[in-house]
Amino acid sequence: MAARDYDKAAATEIIAGFDARPEMLVQILHAFLDRFGWISGDAIRQLADELNLSRADVHGVVSYYHDFRTEPPGEHVIKICQAEACQAMGSRELSSHAEDSLGVEMQSGNADVSLEPVYCLGNCACSPAVMVDGKTYGRVSKQRFDAIVAALGESA
Amino acid sequence: MATTIYVPRETAAVSVGADDVAVEIARQAKRRGDSVRLVRNGSWGATWLEPLVEVVVDDKRIAYGNVAADDVAELFEAGFLAGGEHSRRLGPIDEIPYLIGQDRWTFWRCGLVEPLSLKDFRAHQGFKAFEKAVEIGASAVIETLKTSGLRGRGGAGFPAGIKWQTVADAEGEQKYIACNADEGDSGTFSDRILMEGDPLGLIEAMMIAGYAVGASRGYIYLRSEYPLTHSILTRAIATARESGWLGENIQGSGFDFDIELHLGAGSYVCGEETAMLESLEGKRGIVRYKPPLPAISGLFGAPTVVNNVVTLASVPNIVNLGGEKYASYGVGRSKGTLAFQLAGNIKRGGLVEKGFGITLRELIEDWGGGTASGRPVKAVQVGGPLGAYLPEEQLDIPLDYEAFTEIGAMIGHGGIVVFDDTVNMAQQARFAMEFCAIESCGKCTPCRIGSTRGVEVIDRMVAGIDRDDNYDLLIELCDTMEGASLCAMGTMTPYPVRSVLKYFAEDFSPAVGAEA
Repeated sequence: MAARDYDKAAATEIIAGFDARPEMLVQILHAFLDRFGWISGDAIRQLADELNLSRADVHGVVSYYHDFRTEPPGEHVIKICQAEACQAMGSRELSSHAEDSLGVEMQSGNADVSLEPVYCLGNCACSPAVMVDGKTYGRVSKQRFDAIVAALGESA
Repeated sequence: MATTIYVPRETAAVSVGADDVAVEIARQAKRRGDSVRLVRNGSWGATWLEPLVEVVVDDKRIAYGNVAADDVAELFEAGFLAGGEHSRRLGPIDEIPYLIGQDRWTFWRCGLVEPLSLKDFRAHQGFKAFEKAVEIGASAVIETLKTSGLRGRGGAGFPAGIKWQTVADAEGEQKYIACNADEGDSGTFSDRILMEGDPLGLIEAMMIAGYAVGASRGYIYLRSEYPLTHSILTRAIATARESGWLGENIQGSGFDFDIELHLGAGSYVCGEETAMLESLEGKRGIVRYKPPLPAISGLFGAPTVVNNVVTLASVPNIVNLGGEKYASYGVGRSKGTLAFQLAGNIKRGGLVEKGFGITLRELIEDWGGGTASGRPVKAVQVGGPLGAYLPEEQLDIPLDYEAFTEIGAMIGHGGIVVFDDTVNMAQQARFAMEFCAIESCGKCTPCRIGSTRGVEVIDRMVAGIDRDDNYDLLIELCDTMEGASLCAMGTMTPYPVRSVLKYFAEDFSPAVGAEA
């Protein structure tokens, strides 16, 4: 999940893997996220060139979807579900606890960790739910949250 | 002979340690020299018992619930390979009350089979319905579907047979099947359990849909919050392709069909069918005007069946067992079964597939066992973030599309989120507006602007500023959003808000006597 340097050749390869079909833009952006961790201005320019779209078109798609972050994320990305089922099991308190213990506000981050809201991980019978670096955790008490974070090697 | 052990590879089970349990079982077995065959099945849906491990003893599957990796050594000591006694032991899986009281029409293979094994799928009627569909012909399939009374399980409840007929009758060289797997409603996970537990079943259902309406291409639009589902579906599609169940001239039937799996990108509105089609075309997920209906002009302008995962997955058994049989479940115009999902503050959360007509109280008390906290139920939100909050005294209304519409509520995708008496309902009403502000696609003004104004008005009410005026303003705002928004996001965000005003008005009282 960590950010990696943009690599134009690698990006071209990804785009070619989708036959440079403009209707695959959302899927290509996902592949970019997997590879680089975020969508940079360079990526938007190259996508526009190689998919024969305007930069405004690509920017429009990137800015529309929550997933396509335009800043490099921290080493680890922690998403805490903020939707109703998790609210019913204390996700608001868990989120405050996470902000305090990580020293990071929701929707922000530092080099170590990005803390993001997410609206439902589909794990609503095991609320509250958290996703860490793409892995979903359920029944996350404050103690369990701390243990998960400690296992990442975080000292924050 | 090796003992077969099932450990689910399903998001909820894995989220509470199923992978660790599987690894530990393999490790302990190796250490002790026991021969075991680990099968990663889907979930039965008794999520509160996850990780739920089963050991096959004399052809019986003996279940052990809430197994942690730390329990495994002890379980081996207790002789669990022979079904030994232990505090985690629940007995045979087919005697667990939570499961046996259900009407498992759509989810019957979930938990039972090895999801990615074509052999196991075939041994459990896999592709039998497709073969029958080809045998009886496209129009007979659509007639069967009409007889069944199946309605769209994504939330809108539109009759599936009529939708398929419209697409079948529509002019067009290329038609599409678009499976909506953008399960964004909080409190819902039935699509996910189905796709992780019976992915080949969904593929078969899409093949039947394609055959019935004359579509050679299918798309699954899966939300990105489901990475494990993505990996399972990807492998299932590859398996079907490699074995000739997807591709050209499937099993010599002369029918061509293939499926492309697309990922969403965190937008709730993309669960709305026309926004989903935009997203499938690689664009911003902005809602389209209707008409034209997607059945006439959908994906890339072609006639398209857009159905939810559960709608589609209900079809194979309808083809196998007949439309009448399916219609014998349920009540009134709500025929068949729905996979209700018990979520939030509930002791025994999970998936319960039952015929329509069951009450919320039966589900929450008999299946769910009340709240997880042990405190009284204060409110229940049914049908996701756009569904009304119901008070305790409304729990005896039968779950039926029409009965719920009558009380200003909706069943939606069947999610049931329980809150205990510690919840502040004004905060929940505010969240409904806030969520709409975050997720609005921005195309129509009432939804885009109204939601932000809604948050502000509620904040003023809670602060005790001009409460009566702001109450009237909020009602007026709800009327505008409901009457003038383009899709359900804007028209239905008022539902939870109004329900809070109606049933939980006391929560709007300012904590300090600011009103005086």
